[in-house]
Amino acid sequence: MHFIFSGSVNSKEVLNHIMTDTCCIIIGASHAGGQLAVSLRQSGWEGRILAIGSEPYLPYNRPPLSKTFLSGEKHIEDLLIRPEDQYEKVGIEFLLGQEVSEINRKAKKVTLTHGEVIAYDKLALTTGASVRKLNLPGSDLRGVLYLRDISDVEQIQQFIGARKKAVIIGGGYIGLETAAMLKKLDLDVTIFEASDRILNRVTAPDVSAFFTRVHSEEGVTIKTGVNVTGFGGEDRVSEVQCADGTVFPADLVVIGIGVIPNTALAEAAGLEVRNGINVNEHCLTNDEDIAAAGDCTNFYQPHYEREIRLESVQNAMDQAKVAAAALCGNLNQYNALPWFWSDQFDLKLQIAGLSEYFDEVVLRGNPAEGRKFSAFYFRDGRMIAVDAVNSPQEFMLGKQIISKQLEVDRNRLSDPAVAMKELMVSL
Amino acid sequence: MPVVTYISADGAINEVEVASGNSVMQGAVDNMIDGIVAECGGSCSCATCHCYVDDAWKDKVPAASEMEKDMLECVLEPQEGSRLSCQINMTDDLDGLVVRLPESQF
Repeated sequence: MHFIFSGSVNSKEVLNHIMTDTCCIIIGASHAGGQLAVSLRQSGWEGRILAIGSEPYLPYNRPPLSKTFLSGEKHIEDLLIRPEDQYEKVGIEFLLGQEVSEINRKAKKVTLTHGEVIAYDKLALTTGASVRKLNLPGSDLRGVLYLRDISDVEQIQQFIGARKKAVIIGGGYIGLETAAMLKKLDLDVTIFEASDRILNRVTAPDVSAFFTRVHSEEGVTIKTGVNVTGFGGEDRVSEVQCADGTVFPADLVVIGIGVIPNTALAEAAGLEVRNGINVNEHCLTNDEDIAAAGDCTNFYQPHYEREIRLESVQNAMDQAKVAAAALCGNLNQYNALPWFWSDQFDLKLQIAGLSEYFDEVVLRGNPAEGRKFSAFYFRDGRMIAVDAVNSPQEFMLGKQIISKQLEVDRNRLSDPAVAMKELMVSL
Repeated sequence: MPVVTYISADGAINEVEVASGNSVMQGAVDNMIDGIVAECGGSCSCATCHCYVDDAWKDKVPAASEMEKDMLECVLEPQEGSRLSCQINMTDDLDGLVVRLPESQF
């Protein structure tokens, strides 16, 4: 497929914006890629902007994929971050359904898989991440699926129907959101988690227990400590096989066991890669003409004083803005506090900060009953993260406490009778 | 198509058409109006699309949900007309809506 959206180079609209014959190529028409293109114009880039994407779509919002897009409430046009004509207006071109096979940094050219060579002055990598595959006997059976792209969800939709049996492999956020939505669509849903609790790597045990309880109240079965060894079926999946010998019937399997950053192009081009494409505080790689942003990057997070890679919309958007500015010669610092959200059933989970390496958890509200509470994570007496369930004030004010490194009275914090705002006043 | 007027903190005025059914946030994002960040894409999760609905329109826009009200209490510089623009969907009745944008969303 070869689409050029947003106008050919001859279009008047585009020409109005192109004052110089320079070109910035963006590899990856992702959330980060789309934002980077727009931010380039806003930062004063006067040359050509060409975003190359492997999917046949303009940049779209991924979070609704496992939620309202899966359920059919939202359609592709609703997912698009901006409509086509708005990119056209500011002279942003898209080459969609195309993949780059090589970056030649010396010649400052990229080669597409079908052979076309395009020269760049500046390059941005917003290549995102790909799902981690589960390579087991039967993995290639029809109905054994993943959830990352529009096409993944379109495939899942072919297998759903009332009372059908869905097995979700992986009790992370994607798995839980998918389970919640499939349950709402009246499937029989079971989650298989290999470790001893869901959300094992990302939350405290109390929070895992809360999500386990709510899912079971809603009719989702969660099985932990399960090792899947393969899938059986004739032309399509009909069962999931486990290490203890049990066999579980399934009409549909959705695997959500994490993602791997897309770094192959960067690596082949000799850019520094460590768990992601390495970028500095300006989102530039070790080649100053090449920036990177979003899920594919690895960077030093000053607040947490370590190198991290993030899979989030916040990171994609904020890094894209800093990267675009840097490519235009304006060196801003990227130091935003990470935040995330997840919608499941009637739960809105909002997370600020990174809870990894916490040494203390302060609960506000009771996760063992009801559907509203928050867990604040501390390390060495300092708040580092909050998981807020149906508690937007705890999320918003927690975010401030964490980013400003304020000290809080943990006793008062744990008392829901003390309003969060009251707590802030005394800081 | 209904028209929304966005007035930025620096006084810049953008009058844009926003289709019925689209949110006031989407109108700002589509037209690359800076003052609206809209990180969560309109799911009432981030409060980075905060705006002030003009006095004349305050009672004409549908009321905020409890979730939105809670978040509005914690935004920078809340005022009486404060709303999350992702939660205001345009209708023909809102043609001419005027919203002011805060200096910062964070």
